[in-house]
Amino acid sequence: MNDSSPTPPFIVGQLEDFAGWARAGSMWPATFGLACCAIEMMGTGTSRFDIARFGMEVFRGSPRQADIMIVAGRVSQKMAPILRQVYDQMAEPKWVLAMGVCASSGGMFNNYAIVQGVDHVVPVDIYLPGCPPRPEMLINALLKVQELASEKPMLRHRKEIAAAAEAAALAATPTSDMKGLLR
Amino acid sequence: MTTDNNAPHATSGLGDDDGTAPEFTVYGGDWSDVAEEAARLGGQRLVFNMGPQHPSTHGVLRIMLEVEGENVTELRAGIGYLHTGIEKNMEFRTWTQGVTFCTRMDYVASMFNEAVYCMGVEKLLGITDDIPDRANVLRVLMMELTRIGSHLVAIGTGGNEMGATTVMTTAFVGREETFKVIEHITGLRTNNAYIRPGGVASDMPDDSVEMIRGMIPKVKERLDELAYLQLENPIFKGRLQGVAVLDLASCMALGVTGPILRSAGVPYDLRKSEPYAGYETYDFQVPTSTEADAYSRVVLRLEECYESLKIVAQCVDRLEASEGEPVMVADKKIAWPAQLSVGDDGQGNSFEHIRHIMGESMEALIHHFKLVTEGFPVPAGQAYAAVENPKGMLGCHVVSDGGTKPWRAHFRDPGFNNLQALSMLTEGGQVADVVVAIATIDMVLGGVDR
Amino acid sequence: MSDAKDMATTGADVSAVLPEGRTLINVRKGQFVSDADTSGYEGLTRFVYSPEAAKRPYGSWFDQVVDVLQELLGDKADAAIQSVVVDRDELTLHIAREHLVEVCQHLRDDQDLRFEFCLGVSGVHYPADAGRELHAVYPIQSITHNRRLRVEVSVSDADPVIPSVTAVYPANNWHERETWDFFGINFTGHPGLARIEMPDDWVGHPQRKDYPLGGIPIEYKGAEIPSPDQRRQYR
Repeated sequence: MNDSSPTPPFIVGQLEDFAGWARAGSMWPATFGLACCAIEMMGTGTSRFDIARFGMEVFRGSPRQADIMIVAGRVSQKMAPILRQVYDQMAEPKWVLAMGVCASSGGMFNNYAIVQGVDHVVPVDIYLPGCPPRPEMLINALLKVQELASEKPMLRHRKEIAAAAEAAALAATPTSDMKGLLR
Repeated sequence: MTTDNNAPHATSGLGDDDGTAPEFTVYGGDWSDVAEEAARLGGQRLVFNMGPQHPSTHGVLRIMLEVEGENVTELRAGIGYLHTGIEKNMEFRTWTQGVTFCTRMDYVASMFNEAVYCMGVEKLLGITDDIPDRANVLRVLMMELTRIGSHLVAIGTGGNEMGATTVMTTAFVGREETFKVIEHITGLRTNNAYIRPGGVASDMPDDSVEMIRGMIPKVKERLDELAYLQLENPIFKGRLQGVAVLDLASCMALGVTGPILRSAGVPYDLRKSEPYAGYETYDFQVPTSTEADAYSRVVLRLEECYESLKIVAQCVDRLEASEGEPVMVADKKIAWPAQLSVGDDGQGNSFEHIRHIMGESMEALIHHFKLVTEGFPVPAGQAYAAVENPKGMLGCHVVSDGGTKPWRAHFRDPGFNNLQALSMLTEGGQVADVVVAIATIDMVLGGVDR
Repeated sequence: MSDAKDMATTGADVSAVLPEGRTLINVRKGQFVSDADTSGYEGLTRFVYSPEAAKRPYGSWFDQVVDVLQELLGDKADAAIQSVVVDRDELTLHIAREHLVEVCQHLRDDQDLRFEFCLGVSGVHYPADAGRELHAVYPIQSITHNRRLRVEVSVSDADPVIPSVTAVYPANNWHERETWDFFGINFTGHPGLARIEMPDDWVGHPQRKDYPLGGIPIEYKGAEIPSPDQRRQYR
C-alpha cells in the first residue's frame, strides 16, 4: 500500500515515525474474547508466550482505553450489535484483528447463528486463520499489526493515501474473478 | 426467582417473603420497561448491566443487576451471546465429523465433550464393550489432563478477576505443561477431535511415556505454588470464605452438580457412581467439603487436580505396559481408518497406511473411502451418556434415524444448568461478590450457549 | 443391539405401516439427500421406527420402578404411561402430557423412586411421525439409587403444549426456555417462558427440521460451495 503513496513532508514524516513507534510499542487490546480463541489469547498473554514483551499484555476492559480489538472467537447474531457498539466506543486510531477462522469468515459454523466473518460488522485490519490459532500465530499477527501501526500516516497525508489505496483496490481484480488458479 | 406458591406440586418454601418489596422479573425483551420502572422508583436502587463484553464474566455473559447501594437485590443472567447452533450443525455432518463440532462447545475442557458424544454413539452402536483397553486408557489420560487444564483456568481466571494476575500466570504456566503433552499426543493444544467413536484417533508417539512422567512433577509444582499463593492469603480468604454459598437443598432443587454439589457435602462423582472408560479400575479419591462456599470450591478444585495427576500416573503405567495394542475398535466398518504421521514434508498420511490400502487390501481401501465420505450408519434409536466434566455432569442425548448423520444430538452442559443458580448465589450479597460467584460456578459460555 | 426395525418398502403408504406406540423417526428415500440420486437406490424408501414397546419382564431395576409408579398413579396409570421402551439398557417411559407433572412428582418424592435430578429437556422433532411430531425428552437421574431413566412426552405440531415441570424440578427452568426457543414447545405454567439463546426478536424455532440450517454459499475464486444443508450428501 505504501509504494504508491506520495512521500510526506519532512516534519510530518518524523512525526509519523515517532507516533508510529509509540503506538506500536504499547498497544492495548480491548477484551473481546468470545470462545476458544479467547483461551488461546489468554495463553498468549501469560508467561509462556508473553505478549508483555511487545507491550500488549494490558487488556483493557473498557474499549475507550483500548487501541486494538482482537475479536477472538465466533460472533453470534446476538453478539453482533454489541461488537459494533464496542468498536464504535474505541477512540481513533484503532485496529481490529479477526482472530481465528470464526471471526474471519464464520469458520466451520456456516449456519443461522454465526455472523460469517466480523468484517460484516466492523472493518478488519488483519485476518488470522486457525482453529484456534496457536499463540505463536497470534503473536505473528500482532507483529503485523504493529507494523501497520508504525506505518500509519497522519494529518492531511492520510486522506491522500486512503484515496490512493481505495482507487487501487477498485481497479484490481476481485478475488471471486480470479478463476483458473489452483493456488 | 419468584416461585408460584400456588403450584400444588412445589415443595413448601424455606421462608416466606412478606411481599413488601417491589418485585421485578426480567427475562429479556422487557429489559427497557424494567429499567424505566426502576428509574421511576428512584432512590438508591440502580439497575445496570454487566454486559456481554466484560473482563470478568468468563465469556460473553450478560448480567442484569439491580443494586441498592452495595447490595444486590436482584440478578438475572442473560445468555445466548455465543450460541453457535452446534447441535443443529451436527445433524448435517457424519457421526465422526460431529466430534469436531461438539468439541468446541466447552472449549476449556474439550475432550469431555468428545468423550460423552462418542460414548453416546457407541451406546447406539452397541460397541461399548468392544472399545480396546488402550483406547480407554488414552481417553482417561486425555480427560484427566483436560480436567487439570480446566480447573487451572477456573482458579487462574478467578484470581485474575479479583485482581491477582500472578495467580493467572501461574495457573496458565501449569496448563501449558499439560498442553505440551496433549499437543505431542493429539497434535493440537485444544479442540483436538482426538476421541472418536470407536476409540481414539491415533496411538501416542513413542517418547510420550517419558514426557508425561516428566510433566507430572512440573504440574504438581505449579499446583503447590497456587495453593501456597492463595489458600492462606487473608485477602483471598476474606473475599471467598462465606461468599456464594449454595446449601444442599438449593443444589438439589436446581440440579447443580460438580464441585458446587461436592462442596455442599455430597460426594457425587460420575466417575465413581457410574464408571465409564474403565474408571472403576483406577485408584483416586473424590474431594468433598461441607462449607459450600467459594473458598471450599477452590480448595476442592485444587485437590481434584492432585487426584487427576494420580490418575495420570496410573494411566502412564498402563500405557507403558500395553504398547502395541490397538486404539480403535476392531470392527473395520466403524473404526476410523486414516493414520497420520510426521514425514519430511510435514504431517500427512502415513506411508504404511497408504501402502496398505493401495497395495495390500482392497477392503481397507473401500472401508477408508466409505468411512471418510459417507460415514458409518448407526442403528435407529436414542441413547444417553454422561461423564463427569470438571464443571459437573455433562450429558449427551443422541438420536439416530439409522443413517450416517445424527438425527438429533443434544448436550446437557453443566454450566448451563449451574448458571441458573447464579441468582441464588448473589442476591442479598454485595456487588463485588458477583464476580466471585461467577468464578465459582466456573461455567464456560461455549457450553452454556452451544 | 437394538431390534429397531428398518423396513424397506417400495413406497407403500406411510400411514398404513405406522404401528402402535412407536415413533416414525424418519422416512428415508434413496441414497442421497437430493433429487439427483444416481446411486441406483432412488426407488428405495425406508421407514425407520424407534424400538418397539417392551414386554414384561423388562429386566434389572426397570420392573420395580414401573410397578411402583403404576401403584402410585392408581387408576390413571394406563392413561398416563402410554408405553414403556427398554432399549440399549435404558428405560424410556412415554407419558401423556396431562399426567406429566404428577408423574414427575411421584418420581421425585417416592422413597423407592427418588429421582431427584431432572437433567433438562431435550426437544426432538420428527416431522414424519404425524400427530406426534414434537417430543420432549426428560432424562431424570436418581442419586440415591444411582440410576437414570427417560420420560418422553409427544405432542403434535398443531398443538405444541406441554405442562411445565418447573414446580417439581426447578432446574428445568432454563432448559424449558431453551426447548421453547428451539422447537416452539409451549410449556404452560413456566414462570417466564422467553427466548434464551436466540435474540429476543428472532422469528422461528431454529432446531426444528423445517427450519433451514441458514448457511451461506462459500465463494472462492469463482467456485461456489453451497451451504451444508444444500449440498449433495449421503443420507
